[in-house]
Amino acid sequence: MSSFLQNFANLDTFVAVLPLLLQGLFITVGLALVALPLALLCGLLIALLFEVGSRPLTAGLFVLIDTFRSIPVLVLLMIIFYALPFLGVVVPAFGAVVAALVINNAGYYGEIFRAGLGSVPRHQHEAGLALGISRPRVLLFIIVPQAVRNVIAPLASNSLELAKATSIASLVTLPEMLRVAQVAQANVYNPTPLVGAALIYFIVLWPFSRLVARYERRTLRARY
Amino acid sequence: MPRLPGETMISIDKLNKWFGDFHVLKDIDLDVAQGQRIVLCGPSGSGKSTLIRCLNGLETFEKGRVNVVGVELTRASATIRQARQQVGMVFQSFNLFPHLSVINNLLIAPRLTGSRNMGEVRDYAMHLLERVRIADQAGKYPSELSGGQQQRVAIARALCMRPRVMLFDEPTSALDPEMIKEVLDVMVDLGRDGMTMIAVTHEMGFARTIADSVVFMDAGRIVETAPPASFFDNPQSERAQRFLKTILH
Amino acid sequence: MGTISEVFFNADVAGRYWGQILDGLWVTVQVALLTVVLGIAGGLLLAVLKCTRNVLVDIVFAVFVDIFRTIPILVILFLIYFALPYGGVRLSPLVTTVLTLSLVLTAYSAETFWSAIEAIPRGQADAARALNIGGLATIAFIILPQAIRMSIPLLTNRAIAITKGTALGAAVALPELLGSAQSAMSIAANPTPLMMAAMLYVAFFIPLVLLSRWLERRSVRQRRA
Repeated sequence: MSSFLQNFANLDTFVAVLPLLLQGLFITVGLALVALPLALLCGLLIALLFEVGSRPLTAGLFVLIDTFRSIPVLVLLMIIFYALPFLGVVVPAFGAVVAALVINNAGYYGEIFRAGLGSVPRHQHEAGLALGISRPRVLLFIIVPQAVRNVIAPLASNSLELAKATSIASLVTLPEMLRVAQVAQANVYNPTPLVGAALIYFIVLWPFSRLVARYERRTLRARY
Repeated sequence: MPRLPGETMISIDKLNKWFGDFHVLKDIDLDVAQGQRIVLCGPSGSGKSTLIRCLNGLETFEKGRVNVVGVELTRASATIRQARQQVGMVFQSFNLFPHLSVINNLLIAPRLTGSRNMGEVRDYAMHLLERVRIADQAGKYPSELSGGQQQRVAIARALCMRPRVMLFDEPTSALDPEMIKEVLDVMVDLGRDGMTMIAVTHEMGFARTIADSVVFMDAGRIVETAPPASFFDNPQSERAQRFLKTILH
Repeated sequence: MGTISEVFFNADVAGRYWGQILDGLWVTVQVALLTVVLGIAGGLLLAVLKCTRNVLVDIVFAVFVDIFRTIPILVILFLIYFALPYGGVRLSPLVTTVLTLSLVLTAYSAETFWSAIEAIPRGQADAARALNIGGLATIAFIILPQAIRMSIPLLTNRAIAITKGTALGAAVALPELLGSAQSAMSIAANPTPLMMAAMLYVAFFIPLVLLSRWLERRSVRQRRA
């Protein structure tokens, strides 16, 4: 047992690598904070494009969304980071990860927002218009807030998944937390840095994960 | 084997039950003879639903004795199972199994409790569906039926176990007014055929038509027991008078 | 335009490496199927065990589910592949990837199945008890069929998302689709293999995405009916 602890949770190693891990965490959080709002915004935009109701546009959006839903985010990242340079387009690692996460999640968010908009009863539109509010303003200030409330569960769940997916940045040598842990692990011949990184991920994300579980439970109850 | 009329089917003696600190049933004494039809009524929270749920072991109790068709109820699952074989129950919210067709709602319990001759059970189930006038819907799913139809299926489902006693827990309170009658008609038929019944209901018409006696409960006690006519026209206790006023308006 | 097709869809490169890439696809398909089967079965088992309402089971369930739902898949993959060997446990890239993905899917599906079981009204169990149906039979024939049906739309989405994680196997040298494309790309010094892999991912996952869309739509319709 003590040799197990020595190996997997060596306190000295942990204390030594903690500052590095926290630096990595800083980049991890940065990735999430940049990619999340961008993906949400793109998703909302897609949902509003659905609202236009033009058949070819809707069909095109579906093709686009389903295509990007079918490609693993890591493959997107590899294309952006390793394939685009063949065209002379060099994207820095941070930008490449953000782009991959946004492209991957915009479709998901788009569908979530679309379902949300669809869940708001038609007469809410009419009530807004009847009050003399312009159509875009009705959409933005009356419909969207209700829509968001109705799909808060999948929104939260998807956002958590996005935050977790930032770890793929380690595969394009961006020194976020997982990458730092992996490099440190190779240097100290000891898995403590990896275990430490997992622990930090857990501590940071666990409250969100509980929240998502609670929302999901509520959704299922409403479904019965 | 038909028993002689008048034989005791259910005997409750000094039954007491608590939910935590809350004393829901207080010294309940009640005997129900074969073929008797009892209507239980009282304000909400008076303990009437809890009382009938004690009779088939859906609720346990802390003190007193309950004897169901010769089975002395204890906490042992064997005696509870034995009692349940004799007792059918119909719920306020129907509780049909939504993933099973109407006929399979009737057949699942016989199937799972090891009935030998399923062909015979199936014939009997169809006969019951005819009796509750819903045989033409046997292949449908509960969500395709109206509330009244669902409740009639629930009655047939309970009967399919060939119970000696039927318990009804507010069987019409979740129904739209126009559907109440079709369910009550089935219950009246059942009573006329000699089924021993205990029904928690506020349907006075039903009580007057079929009940031998009305048992009025309040705050966990049986306050008054009387034939329906005298109970509704001339309630003795002040609490029953007050209760009748609220349901008449 | 000519350069784009020459660089990204180079027929010569495609001709040289398609065999290797198809081998990669086969590995991906195997990992995906194993993950779905193990992950769904594992989740169902955990949810059923939790029906026993044993305190110990509750604790194990909560810890397991929260760990594997919270820590990123890639971190778990690295823990199993790079950290476990220090404890003397050395797993192949294939086993590592399947184990990681199915543990994660187990956690998600267990939580979803359990939430669905909890969402079923008490009256269903009451009715089963009143009909003298035993506890295990009630779970197996009354509760689970309803819970599984409720879970399917949520779980297909989740299962697709997690099986797409097969691509992460590339990070532990699993020669699946992405991994084989990457090695081909570095040898050929041309991104065509990567684009082929992307197209094969689309071909493999798009039927599943469409299926999940259809399931979700059907369940919405049923709820409205």
